[in-house]
Amino acid sequence: MSAMTPSKLEKILAAGHLAVTSECGPPRSANGALVDQKARIVGPYIDVINVTDNQTAVVRMSSLASCIRIKQLGFEPVLQMTTRDRNRIGLQSDILGAGAFGINNVLCLTGDHQRFGDHPGAANVFDLDSTQLIQTVKLMRDEGKLLSGHEMDVRPQMFIGAAENPFADPFEVRVLRLAKKVAAGAQFIQTQCIYNMEKFKLWMGQVVDHGLNEKVSILAGITPMKSVGMAKYMKSRVPGMDVPDSIIKRLQGVAKEDVAREGINIAVEQIQELKECPGIRGFHIMAIEWEEKVPEIVERAGLYPRPDVN
Amino acid sequence: MIMARPKPIEEIVREIKDLDKVLVAGCNGCVAVCEAGGLKEVEILASALRMYFARQHKKMEVGEVSLTRQCDREYLGELRDRVGDYDAVVSLACGAGVQFMTETYDKMRIFPGVDTCFIGVTDEKGVWSERCQACGSCLLATTGGICPISRCSKRLLNGPCGGSSKGKCEIDKEVACGWQLIYERLKGLGELKRFEQPTPPKDWISSREGGPRKMTKEESRL
Repeated sequence: MSAMTPSKLEKILAAGHLAVTSECGPPRSANGALVDQKARIVGPYIDVINVTDNQTAVVRMSSLASCIRIKQLGFEPVLQMTTRDRNRIGLQSDILGAGAFGINNVLCLTGDHQRFGDHPGAANVFDLDSTQLIQTVKLMRDEGKLLSGHEMDVRPQMFIGAAENPFADPFEVRVLRLAKKVAAGAQFIQTQCIYNMEKFKLWMGQVVDHGLNEKVSILAGITPMKSVGMAKYMKSRVPGMDVPDSIIKRLQGVAKEDVAREGINIAVEQIQELKECPGIRGFHIMAIEWEEKVPEIVERAGLYPRPDVN
Repeated sequence: MIMARPKPIEEIVREIKDLDKVLVAGCNGCVAVCEAGGLKEVEILASALRMYFARQHKKMEVGEVSLTRQCDREYLGELRDRVGDYDAVVSLACGAGVQFMTETYDKMRIFPGVDTCFIGVTDEKGVWSERCQACGSCLLATTGGICPISRCSKRLLNGPCGGSSKGKCEIDKEVACGWQLIYERLKGLGELKRFEQPTPPKDWISSREGGPRKMTKEESRL
């Protein structure tokens, strides 16, 4: 497998390394220095930095603008794009803009419903869904065309990613839907945060049975728990999250001042365990508002230093 | 059919409180079936308005009528000799009926008495739910007869999204996941091939996104 775009993530995967990605949530203000600060913390320890797109439908600094800042710092961003807020005109326009700034990774998402965010009365768009956004980026990159058929002289060079939630229902649909995203053009997948290992491995088994791991690189989603409260919140309030009671019990089983450390221990153990799981090509570490712990997780999981592919 | 719900009486009072004579006009079509704007609801609203203004010691004459339909000029025309006796009409028809009343009697003040909600069905007595958003190009043939546009909160054409849980939608545990319904139905029909094929971007030109819609059937024209 050889890389087709200048994407560092694509090159790392093509060279057969386990990839390590993380994410950076932009601020709810125009404070660009905060983006830089987060990027500097995680950047040296991972391959590419995802930048979330108004996650949980809460207004934040634009993903594209934040990606440009990160790129200018010398790190490689992954532009997350949801179809909730922009129609096909806005999405294609931003993909062209990202291409113009040398952004080479895009993660195509549908996005959380706006009822969860800070503007529940907002209109949604959903002109395209995530699968259709994947098709659109692929069309732009491989055929040099917009959805209108317009041909462009300079194409955006995107390594195309998508998300998948192995824990959503109905379970048996999840692999079929992954296959659909792969058929549409997805090249890497970052999964929902994994806590239910048994169910995740069941899903991975199906992915391998369908031969999908040969066509798409699966990066396992890891989110360290900061507190018992966070674990309970994720279990009951976050759509599509599967947090077994054993995780909550384990966090409750240590002294209060040690809970955060136990959360990190769990994350490191999960990575170690999943390294042995057939089909896993890397890890997506989402340390929510806890970016400073990413270096420790990467080091302790034996994933540091990162390979140099350029 | 088109579903509506009665507006709170305060909202109607706010519009008519300075007038003396008001006609409450129902519609015996869809809004009668969903118990929002038929003859029975005309009587209920008219009585409520009379009681309200009597308590305020305000003179208010409230007339009552219910038409076969308010989306048809023929039936709206039945009010021609009567409507001039009033200062305003409170129409209990859907938004289409209210507007057609306005177009028919262009000197008259017309106020809506219901909130028009959706195109749907009667689940059971007193319970109605949405089934169609009139997108103008029906794709029910490919989705096992279950509409992803009206039944999926994100109107995805390649669902279900990651928020689907135990057959329910992420926005509300009472809302069924439209895509789980589609999947189960296609599976039952032995047509999962339809599910496996990515659905390309939809042309929304025939839906509301394409601007105000109109259709003509030449052979029906006089």
